[in-house]
Amino acid sequence: MTPETRAAIAFSRFGLGVTPTGYGGALSDPQAALKAELKAPPALSAELSPIQKDLAFSNALPGSPELLVQIRDYNQARRMMREKAADAEKPKEMSPNMMGDMAGGMSGDMTKPDPKRQMADDTQKLPQAVLQAEGKARIDAWMKAPIGFHERLVMFWANHFAVSVDKGIPVRVLAGAYEREAIRPHVTGKFRDLLLAAERHPAMQTYLDNDASVGPNSQANRNAKRGLNENLAREILELHTLGVNGGYSQADVTSFAKVITGWGVARTPRALSDGESFQFNARAHEPGAHVVLGKTYADDGERQGVRVLEDLARHPATAKHIATKLVRHFVADQPPPALVDRLAKRFTDTDGDLTAVYTVLIDAPESWDAPRSKFRSPQEYLIALLRATGSPLPPQRLYQTLRAMGQPLWQPPGPNGFSDMAAVWATPEGLSTRLDVTYQFADRYAAKTDPRDFAEARLSGLITDATRKSVAQAETRAQGLSIVLLSPEFMRR
Amino acid sequence: MKQNRRHFLVTTTGLFASAFLPSTAFAAGRDPRLIVIILRGAMDGLAAVPPVGDPDFAALRPPVFDGDPLKLDGFFGLNPAMPNLARMYQAKQATIVHASATPYRNRSHFDGQDVLESGHEKPGFADSGWLNRLLTTLGTSDKLDAAQLKATKGLSVGTLTPLVIRGEAPLLGWAPSQLKDADADLPPRLLRLYGETDPALMQVLHEGIETGKIASGMKDMGGGGGGQTRAMLDMAKGAAALMARDDGPRVAAMAFDGWDTHTAEPRRLTQLLGGLDAALAALESGLGAKWNDTVVLVATEFGRTARFNGTQGSDHGQATAAFLAGGAVKGARVVADWPGVKASALYEGRDLQPTTDLRAVVMGVARDHLGADVRRLQTDVFPGAIGVKPVDGLIA
Repeated sequence: MTPETRAAIAFSRFGLGVTPTGYGGALSDPQAALKAELKAPPALSAELSPIQKDLAFSNALPGSPELLVQIRDYNQARRMMREKAADAEKPKEMSPNMMGDMAGGMSGDMTKPDPKRQMADDTQKLPQAVLQAEGKARIDAWMKAPIGFHERLVMFWANHFAVSVDKGIPVRVLAGAYEREAIRPHVTGKFRDLLLAAERHPAMQTYLDNDASVGPNSQANRNAKRGLNENLAREILELHTLGVNGGYSQADVTSFAKVITGWGVARTPRALSDGESFQFNARAHEPGAHVVLGKTYADDGERQGVRVLEDLARHPATAKHIATKLVRHFVADQPPPALVDRLAKRFTDTDGDLTAVYTVLIDAPESWDAPRSKFRSPQEYLIALLRATGSPLPPQRLYQTLRAMGQPLWQPPGPNGFSDMAAVWATPEGLSTRLDVTYQFADRYAAKTDPRDFAEARLSGLITDATRKSVAQAETRAQGLSIVLLSPEFMRR
Repeated sequence: MKQNRRHFLVTTTGLFASAFLPSTAFAAGRDPRLIVIILRGAMDGLAAVPPVGDPDFAALRPPVFDGDPLKLDGFFGLNPAMPNLARMYQAKQATIVHASATPYRNRSHFDGQDVLESGHEKPGFADSGWLNRLLTTLGTSDKLDAAQLKATKGLSVGTLTPLVIRGEAPLLGWAPSQLKDADADLPPRLLRLYGETDPALMQVLHEGIETGKIASGMKDMGGGGGGQTRAMLDMAKGAAALMARDDGPRVAAMAFDGWDTHTAEPRRLTQLLGGLDAALAALESGLGAKWNDTVVLVATEFGRTARFNGTQGSDHGQATAAFLAGGAVKGARVVADWPGVKASALYEGRDLQPTTDLRAVVMGVARDHLGADVRRLQTDVFPGAIGVKPVDGLIA
């Protein structure tokens, strides 16, 4: 295998794709280059936008406590608006003449204030202000990353601990902060810390309903009108730690759900002004000791749940589950069992030191010898395309394009995240949108680029004679560039 | 691409009137318009304008098109898919240039298009095209003077500004409101590539094409489908609507893709030439009275092999045909120093031999239609073309 091929694998299998800068230091030692990137993770930044200033944001990427205050104010404003709108419409509903006026207003008179439109506008203002800045910060980080291994890990773990903006305004506003606060700082640290940060974050507490879960025998449930919600407890066991065949029972789920009652989103002004976004509410906590996976956990309040999570983090089934997902993501849809075992062993031996686990992956011969059979997901593909052409995208178009390609940012179809299997993405529909998106890009990029040079540079170490020939025979520059970007060498990793 | 030079317009007249020249600025008299159409992919000149009177032609190219060639001057015929161009020819408003080529003698589309559009002798990266440099060299004494040009700007039609009109002279941009269709010729090419190196992906793409989820020229037996024909018509109509205005652009460029007919050429070229013919007719009718002062130049990067290949198509070649249409053209002529199609007369034994320098044709039009200075044409517009003499008598 040539140095170019190994560097190309570092950039595609482990990274975000090659840029006009080329392979750089990865040519001489791709494994060292990957490890070095873990030591110097990129910082996210964005500029405060006018709409954010208007909403009195302290900075473009505020922490979740500040966002929780924004969400609270926002919900209040919406409630007031709704009441006002309801009042305003009441007389209209009773008068046929007024109905006629309304129809006229809808056909395009923009001068009259329309409480309904006002409300519709306002419900989008906060999430738009947030998503714009979060998207911009991600695009910049993707474009700047030398290889992009760190960013790929962030994407992997954000998808492992998935939340979806579909859930509603709070998660929509918090999704970016969740990735910044709970995922990003911990992807190279201990799995325990990552797990705790993810589960306790207000985005996760809201997304999987634990914020609403109340211990059946807790003080908060004295009138017996509320109760337990098992959603988060189940997904922690099934998706985040042990895995679906990890050896837990329904009784474990229920017990664990009781253990983490009282865990929730900070609401009191004091907690919020202290910069807290997680809050333990002892009044909602189910009293008593509980048995999870055969072990009895005494009731020590908030700590009870922490101790269960700590034990789950070092459970052998968790090591196996995480190792399997990592190998499936980076190496092959059908992960080689021997490699999975080695990762799981290192996970256990180091008490979940994730960088140590990645090191096994980077050093494994399988990671370099395996056929490039993984199919870049839409997000991976789009980022690789942006990097290859050196053309960043406005955040709005990033969201639109990813949505069109079937992988909207922070919006997976369920808590199990987006699939990691080629069969899910390499479909006629998927290929169809990929063709359209790529051609639009290529058409704009074609002016100054010779497709033959582009192919040799961006597919260095990978290019086949068939692709070389196909590109050289292309009828237009745009078509030639499209063939490079749609070649198996570029779409697979 | 320098985006700041491109302004997308909407076709509601009031909105962009300020970008145009006040109509009082024009004196009576000649007010020339020039439209350049680049055919990307290498149009087969022998199929478009067959030399039916050449005794060696019948053996070289057995008839494959539906219908007989349309009559031009007896020696040359016109492909039956182009009745409008034939009509313009008979009305002395169209001239054919044959066996012409740029100075480029290799067979790469990109490099060929580069030379054709940049006006340089060799491929390589030129920032500007000859049409744009022509605009910057025109002076106040010319028929299309600098003040008019400055006020009206050149018009780039389509989502991508063709190289031929890129450069320092300011441009307006206009594209049909619909997004450009993904290139219908792309899926068949990818299918061939995947077939060689990625059978699994080929299966997926094949299914996409079969079920109609992926629009492909494959569906109508080999590319050059209806999408391209419609795009040509839309672009021509849009350009004509803008240029028909008294204060509209005087010079425009657009590019039509899809002419790389390696397979199924009879069917594909019938569609493509038909689309081009309809586009010329749309320019004629859309320009109205302005057509009388218009020259449309249609050119392609190179021609195709004199003989058909084994897949009912032709491969990359050398000389080909170019078209001049418009009321300002001295028409009803075929301009050609015909080299013949005997095997011994072919370039490298396979292609039509170039005998007319396409740059000389452009120079003739630029000098006689726009009043451009020949010296500047030979140096600034076409660098290194000092020995190239403008073709006389192309303009009425």
